Amino acid sequence: MDSTQSFRFFNRGPSEAVRLVFFVILSLLLLFVDARYKYLESTRAVISVIVYPFQRLATMPGEAWHQVGVYFDTQSRLINDNAQLRKQHSEDMAQLNTLQVLQNENAQMRSLLGVPQRVNYPMQSAEIIYVERDIFKRKVIVNKGARANVQLGQVVMDDIGIIGQVTRVYPWTAEVTLVTDKGHAVPVQVLRNGIRAVVFGSGDISELGLRYMPVSVDVQVGDELVTSGIDGTYPPGLPVAKVIRVERDPAYPFARIVCEPMAGVGRNRLLLIVSALPQLPPRPEPEVAAPTDGKPVNPNKRKAHES
Amino acid sequence: MNHNLPKDQEFMLPASGGFIVMTLFVAVMLNWLPWGGWALVLRPDFVALVLLYWCTHKPYRVGIGIAWMMGIFADVADASLFGQHALAYAVLAFGGTVLHRRIQMFDMRQQMMQIFPLLLLSYATYAAVHWQVHGLIEWEYFLGCVVTALLWIPLTILLQNLRHPRIDPDEL
Repeated sequence: MDSTQSFRFFNRGPSEAVRLVFFVILSLLLLFVDARYKYLESTRAVISVIVYPFQRLATMPGEAWHQVGVYFDTQSRLINDNAQLRKQHSEDMAQLNTLQVLQNENAQMRSLLGVPQRVNYPMQSAEIIYVERDIFKRKVIVNKGARANVQLGQVVMDDIGIIGQVTRVYPWTAEVTLVTDKGHAVPVQVLRNGIRAVVFGSGDISELGLRYMPVSVDVQVGDELVTSGIDGTYPPGLPVAKVIRVERDPAYPFARIVCEPMAGVGRNRLLLIVSALPQLPPRPEPEVAAPTDGKPVNPNKRKAHES
Repeated sequence: MNHNLPKDQEFMLPASGGFIVMTLFVAVMLNWLPWGGWALVLRPDFVALVLLYWCTHKPYRVGIGIAWMMGIFADVADASLFGQHALAYAVLAFGGTVLHRRIQMFDMRQQMMQIFPLLLLSYATYAAVHWQVHGLIEWEYFLGCVVTALLWIPLTILLQNLRHPRIDPDEL
């Protein structure tokens, strides 16, 4: 034994067994009190104040390691996440665009649904598939043709009014000349006072002209022009255009009246083709036209026309 | 290596109070490392091992009282019942102190066989308290006892080397 201990040889306090009994009883007492009465929570709290720093010390290396790991892990994961999110974002953007297009189309279709009830002609819908590449022509190709019973001269409209007229029919497609095409004429009436006129396309997408009207004619800005039904091509009463400018210059014989089409001539993708044209009796041969030819009018020919 | 030191000489190596406190402190730190899962099941009780070492080697310095105190700290740290670890460590320290002369007679492998029942008793005490309070015994808990006993030899060698005074200047 150590020499230092030999001094205390006779003074070592109570024997081991006594100590054991003492501490065992103490422990059991503590256990009993703790398990039964929960009196020792404050004591535990006090001791935990001493113990806590050491506990933190023990867990610190692990935490530091974890932090370092998390840092590098986070770094690479963030890069991955970023790339993935970007990809996702572009995909979602494409889908969102599609959704918006579909929503627009849906709204348009809903408005088209209401048209037959208002206008009361059999109609079929068609979709624009090509636009004429020539900038001087205002023509579009739709996806309904002779197979879908589209006929020459049928009127094409959208949910508001006239857009144009079928000018060529192919088996699966048809060519529609828009009202804004230069040289396209629509017989109209001013809704306010019933003045008959003819509105011509100007070649510009948003302009129509009301030609051959005297300077004194009663047409005002904001007048609505609807089809008159004269000529049998257009059914009467469909909105065509609205007057936006009237110039009355006495130097010219005619007033210059500019209108804009009411229908979305340049806008829509879905159109309605009015299927049944009003059946009018054929036009009588003009009597005055005959002398200009220099030939007498053949009565047989007229008869043939009438039959 | 000097683990083949004469047995009586080994047991007469000096040990300062600071050194004992330091070893106990390191043991506590090791116990409080964030063990988890299977590591927690197999975790050796370093505090019990170091206490047992000092109880067998310096029974008049480290005894039941210190063991009991360590147990109270362990109880607070583990949030186990007050006195649970304390009781187990007190029993262990009593065994170590009572048997220290007997243990000193053996070499290390035999020592290990001697201390294993002491550790088992200590673990059983802890488990018995747990059983009395919670009504069940977790048997895998005793795996830690085996691991602790196996660590006896490395611990003894380590502490011997740390305690061994460097008298010979040529010794590394």
